Amino acid sequence: MTLSEDYRRREESVTLSAESPSEGETHELLTLNIGPHHPATHGVLRLLATLEGEIVRDVKPIVGYVHTGIEKTAEDKAYWKVIPVVERMDYLAYYFNAMAFCGAVETLLGIEVPPRAQYLRVIHLELNRIMSHLVWLGTSALDLGAVSMLWYSFRERESVLDLFEMSSGQRMHTRYIQVGGVIEDIPRGFADRVKQFCKEMTRRADQYADLLEQNQILIERLRDTGKVDKDELLALGVTGPLLRAAGVPWDLRKAQPYSSYDHFDFQIPVGTIGDNYDRFRVRHAEFYESTKIIEQALEGLPEGPFITPDRKVALPPRHELATSMEALIHHFKLVTEGFRVPPGEAYYPIEGPRGELGCFVRADGSAKPARVHMRDPSFTNLQAFPSMVRGGYIADLIATVAMLDPILGGIDR
Amino acid sequence: MPDATGLELAAQELSEAIPQSILGTEFHRGRATLLASPAKAHDVLERLKGMGYGFLASLHGVDYYPEEPRLGVLYELFDMERVDRISVKARVHTDAPSIATVIDLWPGANFPEREVYDMFGVVFEGHSDMRRILMPEDYEGFPQRRDFPVGGEPVLFTYNEEQSDGKFA
Repeated sequence: MTLSEDYRRREESVTLSAESPSEGETHELLTLNIGPHHPATHGVLRLLATLEGEIVRDVKPIVGYVHTGIEKTAEDKAYWKVIPVVERMDYLAYYFNAMAFCGAVETLLGIEVPPRAQYLRVIHLELNRIMSHLVWLGTSALDLGAVSMLWYSFRERESVLDLFEMSSGQRMHTRYIQVGGVIEDIPRGFADRVKQFCKEMTRRADQYADLLEQNQILIERLRDTGKVDKDELLALGVTGPLLRAAGVPWDLRKAQPYSSYDHFDFQIPVGTIGDNYDRFRVRHAEFYESTKIIEQALEGLPEGPFITPDRKVALPPRHELATSMEALIHHFKLVTEGFRVPPGEAYYPIEGPRGELGCFVRADGSAKPARVHMRDPSFTNLQAFPSMVRGGYIADLIATVAMLDPILGGIDR
Repeated sequence: MPDATGLELAAQELSEAIPQSILGTEFHRGRATLLASPAKAHDVLERLKGMGYGFLASLHGVDYYPEEPRLGVLYELFDMERVDRISVKARVHTDAPSIATVIDLWPGANFPEREVYDMFGVVFEGHSDMRRILMPEDYEGFPQRRDFPVGGEPVLFTYNEEQSDGKFA
C-alpha cells in the first residue's frame, strides 16, 4: 500500500460525529469542526462543536497536535539539562516551568535556596506573569474585534523581553532559574530598568482599561457568557484566574507560600459570578498586583549569594577554576555527569499564570530523573470548556476560548 | 502535608474502615504517600475526599521499572481548608493493568486518566471515554514506559518514503 492510500484509508476510519442528539431533540444538528489551524483557537486546539442553529449543544476539545514527548525527553537528560526542555512546555510561562521543576529537585536534594535567589526568582516570575497576561490580553482582544490592543500589549511585552535579555541573555526560554538559585546575579542598571517598567506598566494598564472598559462590543460579548459556578470548577480541577473569577480567593502564593512570597504585600483579585467579563477583570487586575510584588522585591532585595554555595549542585565561580583543583573537579563532574539526586518522589506546586502548575519528579539515585510530570493548568482547565459554552451562541464560544487562555504547548507537552 | 504521625493515623483509620486497603506508607522530605491496593483505591480516595481532601490536584502515572508491580498511578489530593496535601499511590502489573476510575468523585480526572492510559496503558474501568488523548489514535505502544526507547520511532522524510512501505507516517 502506498503512503497516500494508507492516509486515505485512515482518513476514512476517522469518525467526526459527536454524541447523538438526546431524546426529544427534533432539530437537525450540525457538527462543525473548528481548528486545529484557526487563529481563534490560540494554538493548535481542535474543537468539535455540535450546533443547533447558532446554539452550541456540545463541544469536544481534541488535543495532542503539538505533543513532543518532553516528559520522555527529560528522562534521558541530566537534571540541569532538563530545565531547557521543561521551559518549552508552556511557552508563555517558561520561568514558571523552570521554577516548578527546580523546586521539586531542590526538595529531593533538601537544599536551601539563598534569600537573594528567592527574591530574584520572584522578580522574574512576576515579570513573566505580566508578559503572559499581555499576550493573553492582546490576542483575546484581537478575537473580540479590538484589533489595536494587540499592538499595545505586544509593545509592553517587548519591554519585558528586553529585561529578560538583560538579565539572562535570552528573550524567551531563558534558563535563568537553576537548581539551587539562579544562573547569574542581575546586571548593573537592571533594577532601575525594572522599576521604570513597573511605573510604565501601571500607567499602561490604566490605559488598557480606558480602551476596553468603554468598548461596548467587547463588554457585551463578555458579560454573562461562559458562566460556570465555583463548585463545578473545583470538581473539574480548575485553578488560577478562572477559579478566582468565580469568587474563590484561591492563590498558592498566599495559601502555600514558596520562594518568599509571604514577604510581600499583595492582594488576590476575585470576580463575582464567574463569567467571561470577570475573567477579563481578574487578569487585568493581576497586572497591578504583579507590579506591586516586583517593586517590593526590588526594594527589599537581600544581599548575599544568588545560588546555593553547595558545590555538589551548583557550578563554582569561574575565577576559582584557575586557582582551586577542587573547584575544577566539581566543575568537571557537574558538566559531564551532573549531580545525583537521592531516590524519592516530590510534587512541587506553584501558582502559574493559568493556575496550579505542579511538577512531579521521581529520582532513582542516578544523575537523570526517572520521571518528570508537569501538571499543567491549561490541560486541566480545558475540561471546563464544554460546561462553559454549552447552551450559548457559537460567537460566545470564541470569546470563551479567548478568556480560557489555553496554551497548547502546555496542554500537549 | 500531614506529618509522619498524622500519615500513620490516617493509614490506620483507612485500613480499619476498609480492610486490606492500605499496603503501606511512605514519608519522604515532607511528602506523605499512602500505598493503596489497586482494588480498593477508589474506596480509599472516596473516604479521603470525605475526610477533607476534596480537591484532586493531579493524577499521573509512573513506571517503576524494574520493580514489580511496575506501574504506579498517583493521586495528589489537596485539602483547601487546612492547606494540606496527601498523595495516594496504587501499583498495578503490566499485564492487563487496570484500576477503577475516579471520574464519579472528581469529573476533572477525565483528561488525566486518559493521559495515563495513553502513556502507560493503564485502563481505567468505568471511564466513559477511554481513548488516547495526546498520541494519535492508531498509535501502538505506551511511550512513557521505561522500556519504550527514546527515538525508537522512525520518522518519515522524503528520502526514506520509498523504503517505508507506509509503515510509519
